[in-house]
Amino acid sequence: MKQKLEIWVFGDYRNYFQNRVTLQLIGKAVELAKEIKATVCAVVIGHELDEWIGEYIAHGARRVYVVEDPVLKEYDAATYAFLTARLAEVHKPDILLVGATSFGREFAPRVAKRLKTGLTADCVGLAIDQDSLLVQTAPSFGGNLLADIVTPKQRPQMATVRPGIFREIPHNYEAKGKIIRMPLPIDLSSRRLRLRKSERQPHQSKKLEDAAIVICSGRGIGSRKKFNNLYELAGLTDAEVGATRPLVYAGWAGHDSLVGQAGKIIRPKILFSFGVSGAIQHTAAVNDAEFIIAVNKNPKATMMKMADVAIVADAGQVCSALIRELKKRIR
Amino acid sequence: MEMVVCIKQVPMVSELPWDPATGTLKRDLAEGMMNPACRHALEAALQLKARHGGRITALTMGPPMAEEVLRQALALGADQGFLISDPAMAGSDTFVTSFILATAVKKYCPNFDLVLCGCYTTDSETAQVGPQLAEELDLPAAAFVEEIAKKKNCLIVKRLSDGFIETLEMDLPGLVTVSTRHYAPRYFSLAGIEDAFPDAAPIRTLSAVDLGLERGSIGVQASPTRIVNVYTSRTEKQNVILRGAPKQIVEELLDRFGDRIGGAMGKDIEK
Ligand SMILES: Cc1cc2nc3c(=O)[nH]c(=O)nc-3n(C[C@H](O)[C@H](O)[C@H](O)COP(=O)(O)OP(=O)(O)OC[C@H]3O[C@@H](n4cnc5c(N)ncnc54)[C@H](O)[C@@H]3O)c2cc1C
Repeated sequence: MKQKLEIWVFGDYRNYFQNRVTLQLIGKAVELAKEIKATVCAVVIGHELDEWIGEYIAHGARRVYVVEDPVLKEYDAATYAFLTARLAEVHKPDILLVGATSFGREFAPRVAKRLKTGLTADCVGLAIDQDSLLVQTAPSFGGNLLADIVTPKQRPQMATVRPGIFREIPHNYEAKGKIIRMPLPIDLSSRRLRLRKSERQPHQSKKLEDAAIVICSGRGIGSRKKFNNLYELAGLTDAEVGATRPLVYAGWAGHDSLVGQAGKIIRPKILFSFGVSGAIQHTAAVNDAEFIIAVNKNPKATMMKMADVAIVADAGQVCSALIRELKKRIR
Repeated sequence: MEMVVCIKQVPMVSELPWDPATGTLKRDLAEGMMNPACRHALEAALQLKARHGGRITALTMGPPMAEEVLRQALALGADQGFLISDPAMAGSDTFVTSFILATAVKKYCPNFDLVLCGCYTTDSETAQVGPQLAEELDLPAAAFVEEIAKKKNCLIVKRLSDGFIETLEMDLPGLVTVSTRHYAPRYFSLAGIEDAFPDAAPIRTLSAVDLGLERGSIGVQASPTRIVNVYTSRTEKQNVILRGAPKQIVEELLDRFGDRIGGAMGKDIEK
């Protein structure tokens, strides 16, 4: 009898409380597993892992592969890739999902190379097709298009996904899971890459991510001066200002204000979007805004189609008019 | 130090050649350009060369026009260039690309100390080729590196990784992928490039045959991934469309949605 298929999710626990991508992937895996009758499994590597094993089971993993040893205390892409590939060679998962954190983006390609399989980066959608293949949807050609990508022959089918794309399922601490431990296959104490120092980056403000109102601007705002006017509007509305990549590259806005795949994911109650075309790398990060008010000269821009209110007009003029009107009306 | 810098030519994506001063597209620039992160990688190599001596080999895989980025690299201070170009390689995914690059490095620069790559490219941003090349060449590697210093037979590299500032020590030979934060690329004038090497630029073109690669091991057919469908993303909602004079638009917006906006602000907006 054919063994039951497995969907694996790599357990990236380093920033567990801020970055829920592993849980989001487990949530997605649970959905996918129904269609191919697979078991959802997590892979956890490191030292003192009980807490994470418990969390992953509570969030939907039915089986957890564990490699635990003091020498694995520090995150190390090469070592973790070696061990994950070893586990995969033995247990042959059908699918392996990895969060696109800095670590995941270095680790996943190495695992894929070792397993001689394909990998799709930064997927914005995952689904199962009629041949039971994993359809990995990723932005392509500079973001104006989406591509559906499959890995027809090699296994596992691998994909990375940025945080915030999928939703985690609520925990259930009653849930049970099987834990399978693998001892270290070789001595891993001498390394060619050694971590000498690791310190937490000074606290980064989470203003954009947490803001109830975000005013996001794109190239259509027209000039630096008009862009700076948005800060006045932000002051009036207690909003944070975000920007698309061209503005960040131009130096009008800092990298901290970049909204999109390469920057921040936001979910404000209200998003004002001024002169933004709506490339997928940007929209993937604003999908969860509750109410979108977009201003664009072009009514056909993707951002306008996503918007709840689409204002066909000049971005700079609407900004000025809004500032004037709000000054009159805010109490 | 013997260094290999892997460089990719990428299309001028619409946002890059934009002139921030005038807000217009810089249409006069050529259609392909050196991928920004690769320029940073090259800059890192040039600074290491200035300090420790050595040679820089620039390596690119792409269509014949990609020779341009090698010429730029030479004009900036690289010593030689290899253009890997063969129609049979078209459609290679990162798995195959890293294999081809590794084959060229092994054959033409076997004595390297350090391979430098851009951390990702602006046209696909997979960030996969560098780490996969490290696997192919069996090298220690650090991705998204911001600062590199050489200390005896090691490199000390610094990077930002998921909110941690890491300092790592890496044995050589090794590989780094360089981020776009620290090594601001030096300027070169496009006009100067042709002049730098009037006739005999030290550039060699390598085909699949030169590299001893069999057809079945490269290109689309050897790539594990397949693109099955490409389409535009459409997310249309039933929405309210406002047009007209800005003042009227804004009045209507606040009349109809002022409650909602005010609610999010925690203030009242008059009707
Ligand atoms: C790998 C990769 C990663 C990326 N990551 C990100 C990311 O994280 N975040 C991001 O934002 N981008 C990212 N991008 C870039 C993205 O693809 C788009 O190029 C970018 O988002 C477009 O920015 P924009 O909307 O400001 O500019 P454009 O696409 O140029 O759009 C400008 C818009 O303004 C409108 N307009 C023009 N004049 C006016 C006017 N007077 N009044 C009103 N509207 C006007 C136009 O109709 C147009 O819709 C990435 C790209 C790649 C390839």
